[in-house]
Amino acid sequence: MIDPSAIPPEPPRRKFLDWVLGTSAGALVLAVFYPATRYMVPPDAAESSSSSVTLPLSPDDVAPNTGQVFKFGNRPGLLVRTSTNELKAFSAACTHLGCIVQYRPDLAEIWCACHNGHFDLNGRNVSGPPPTPLEEFTVNVRGDEIIVGRKT
Amino acid sequence: MFATWVGVMLLLTWRTGVIEAQSDPTEVESCVTCHQALPDGPLSDPVTRYGDDVHSGKGFGCVACHGGDGTILGPEAMDPARGFLRDLSRQRIPTMCGHCHSDAAFMRQYNPGLRVDQEVEYQSSVHGQRLVQESDSLVATCVSCHPAHGIRPPSDPLSSVHPLNVAKTCSACHANAQYMADYGIPTDQAEKYGRSVHGEALTVARDLGAPTCNDCHGNHGAAPPGVSWVGNTCGQCHSVQEQHFETSRHGEIFPLIGIPGCAACHNNHEIQAASDEMIGVGEGGICAKCHTEESEGGIQALQIRRLIDSLRIQLDSSRALLESAENSGVEVSQAQYDLEAAHSALVESRAAVHTFRAGAVDSSVAAGLAITDQAFIRGMDALGELRFRRTGLAVFALITVVLIVALLLKIKEIEGPSMSYIMFTREMRLPETRGPGSSDRNDEESS
Amino acid sequence: MSPLRESLTRLWTWFDSSTGLSGVWALAKKKEVPIHKHTAWYYLGGMTLFLFLVQIGTGVLLLFYYRPSSGEAFESVQFMMAEVQFGWLIRSIHNWAANLMIFTLFLHLFTVLLVKAYRRPRQLTWYTGVVLMGLAMAFGFTGYLLPWNELAYFATRVGTQITGVLPVVGDFLLRVLRGGEDVTGATLTRFYAFHVALLPIATIAVVAIHVLLVQRQGMSVPRRIERSKEPPRSMPFFPNFLIRDAVGWLAALAILAALAAFIPAELGSKADPFASAPVGIKPEWYFMFMFQTLKFLPAHILGIEGEVLGVLGFGLAGLFLFLIPVLDRKSAAGERSPVFTGIAIAIIAFIVVMTIVGYMVDPAA
Repeated sequence: MIDPSAIPPEPPRRKFLDWVLGTSAGALVLAVFYPATRYMVPPDAAESSSSSVTLPLSPDDVAPNTGQVFKFGNRPGLLVRTSTNELKAFSAACTHLGCIVQYRPDLAEIWCACHNGHFDLNGRNVSGPPPTPLEEFTVNVRGDEIIVGRKT
Repeated sequence: MFATWVGVMLLLTWRTGVIEAQSDPTEVESCVTCHQALPDGPLSDPVTRYGDDVHSGKGFGCVACHGGDGTILGPEAMDPARGFLRDLSRQRIPTMCGHCHSDAAFMRQYNPGLRVDQEVEYQSSVHGQRLVQESDSLVATCVSCHPAHGIRPPSDPLSSVHPLNVAKTCSACHANAQYMADYGIPTDQAEKYGRSVHGEALTVARDLGAPTCNDCHGNHGAAPPGVSWVGNTCGQCHSVQEQHFETSRHGEIFPLIGIPGCAACHNNHEIQAASDEMIGVGEGGICAKCHTEESEGGIQALQIRRLIDSLRIQLDSSRALLESAENSGVEVSQAQYDLEAAHSALVESRAAVHTFRAGAVDSSVAAGLAITDQAFIRGMDALGELRFRRTGLAVFALITVVLIVALLLKIKEIEGPSMSYIMFTREMRLPETRGPGSSDRNDEESS
Repeated sequence: MSPLRESLTRLWTWFDSSTGLSGVWALAKKKEVPIHKHTAWYYLGGMTLFLFLVQIGTGVLLLFYYRPSSGEAFESVQFMMAEVQFGWLIRSIHNWAANLMIFTLFLHLFTVLLVKAYRRPRQLTWYTGVVLMGLAMAFGFTGYLLPWNELAYFATRVGTQITGVLPVVGDFLLRVLRGGEDVTGATLTRFYAFHVALLPIATIAVVAIHVLLVQRQGMSVPRRIERSKEPPRSMPFFPNFLIRDAVGWLAALAILAALAAFIPAELGSKADPFASAPVGIKPEWYFMFMFQTLKFLPAHILGIEGEVLGVLGFGLAGLFLFLIPVLDRKSAAGERSPVFTGIAIAIIAFIVVMTIVGYMVDPAA
């Protein structure tokens, strides 16, 4: 605070107070509008949700008898195109100890490298230590987009 | 062996044609009529139990196994001349069951998926060999595990050979110290198995795929471990570890000096979940069984342990960091997703321990550490975002406080120095306050 | 006079000539706020209005990303919280300001009730105020479901179920509220329509009447102070009172920001209609007293279902509250009215005690 006696009459003090008022009010308006404006800017990921994701791939990018790991929320998923040209998607976390599984074109099976677990193309655990099948996701192709969703 | 085969073949030819499912399953055999009427006991009991038997469901009656003529009432139905088998002793049971179960063409009519080598397998097992060669009637035959008159398929939870019941079925003999006395083998396998990681997976987690007795020992060809290499058995499921093991020095030497492979470290029936603590020569370290701290093996063990520990600790701390950032509402899903690969690396490096070479473990540990380092940096960045929020709040609060103070000063400026800002006291004198004598306010406002 | 100021003045003159805004300005300038020991309560209405404006502002922003369907609602809120810059802030402020608004609204209503500011000529202000209370609660109830998370789903199921117990119209009301037999995606879109269209329009209209009445009739002065021999004192509404209001609003804004930064709004897990209800389903705190009362009622009272009686009771209590200006004859005649003071204290005590009990009782018991 400014000691009134130290400063000559009213005007300068009043001016200073008005300046503080104006500046801080302006700062407040900025402080309110800054987040609001940033909020309106669309985020990098156009749309993301845990129950369905649009893959950053076009259906043509996935050749028959290959598989690709993709991001499903914060967990990995595996997209497989079978040799019969069917698209399938599974959770890529092995049901044994959670390693990331991969597609084995030579066996036409999903395979976990950690302990040699095998899953067939329906996600069923066919050999090795995995105790349960892989969770299967739904795959929808809309034009040039692949949309993978959790089965409900 | 040849003699056995000839016997089996003869029996098969002799019995051919006798056994067939009844054309009409509702038609009651004469055996039932009499045996049902007999007082409770071994002679009537089979009739009451057989209703639930899988064979009964397929249309087989008493004569399918016992022979005789089910169309005649009275004891003459049980005339050996009519094919009645007076003697169904333990020695004869395998051939009796095998009569159908070894006949692929016959079995196809009823259960095409079922194998037809049970009898042959059984003959090769310790049970079968003792039964035939040493006429040991205490050993298990078909009916020991598949109780006669109450046989259910393995998929039936009430079946004695359903995965959840196998251990109980085997231990009926093998946990009986008196019964096993003459064989000189331990009787605590079932108890130990129950405490093992496999037993708990089966009985507690109800994972029906978890191995029980027959998954390691075989079912019909029950053979004791050691006949071949134990690694073959464990490697059925744990194949990566087995491959690593076979390339290791242990894999070379253990068979030569008679150390039982996997079981040397992991035990046989009482297998516990493997832990990182097992690696090492210190407390809880399994390597100390053979290696000292100073030996080459001890040094390798220590090195391997250090590698695994470093990755595990890094993974845990990165994970905790990302989780705390996530709980504070900062977006870290990409970092969490990437971190999953480090978890894979940790599991792989744990499997690579079975090479017993620090160099082999190091390659997967290094891959994992590269990922955890990345995740850690991103976690720190996320916490930076959190600090940004707090700083933003501090700035906002500062602006608000300055504005509030300025407004209060403004009030003071407008109303004069004697103003009390919040409370209004009797002594207040406001320059712009209306004095006494003003009219009723309500009327004034609406006028 | 600078050229800029001159042109601004001209603009204002032109604007005023077509809108007559200076009339409103004159009304505000003329308004005086009485000063006495209860003056502090006059700030509650303005505070509630300010929080309502915050709700409109943040609510509009939330609409940019929210998607009202059972398949996408939860995910869009999650997306907003995680991916959108400052999304966490907007949603947390909307959440906290809603709670604060209802809190100040309760306080406002209680103080008005206690000082009997509803008496003539302010009956209409009271009626609109009670309606606003109902609208605010409806806002809370419909908004709670919109994130489509587990807690909200089950709380809404229980909450809508209560209307179903009403005789005759219960089933119909239940179906209208839920948009079907059960709480589904149809309920979500319905609540969404209520929350972002119907209720705001109604609230803005009623608030306009309420504020206009306050401006025209001025602040009510408690009877005792009105009758006292002391000369009435007052200060101008503008700027003296308004600046004080602004101080309060700024403080509220700072508190909101701090709450949002330290206790961001939670989301929980997505609603699953087939999951069993989690233990300890609780409504928002401002419904707690009703929820708890209904729980305490025996299954049957005089052959009528306890719950039916409870719901009807609350309906009648609401009607009673609404009609207080008519029922309180003594206050209307300008006399002391100790009976209604007692009733007011009883209502407040009941709500406070039941709310506290609701949070003390073990949900599993």
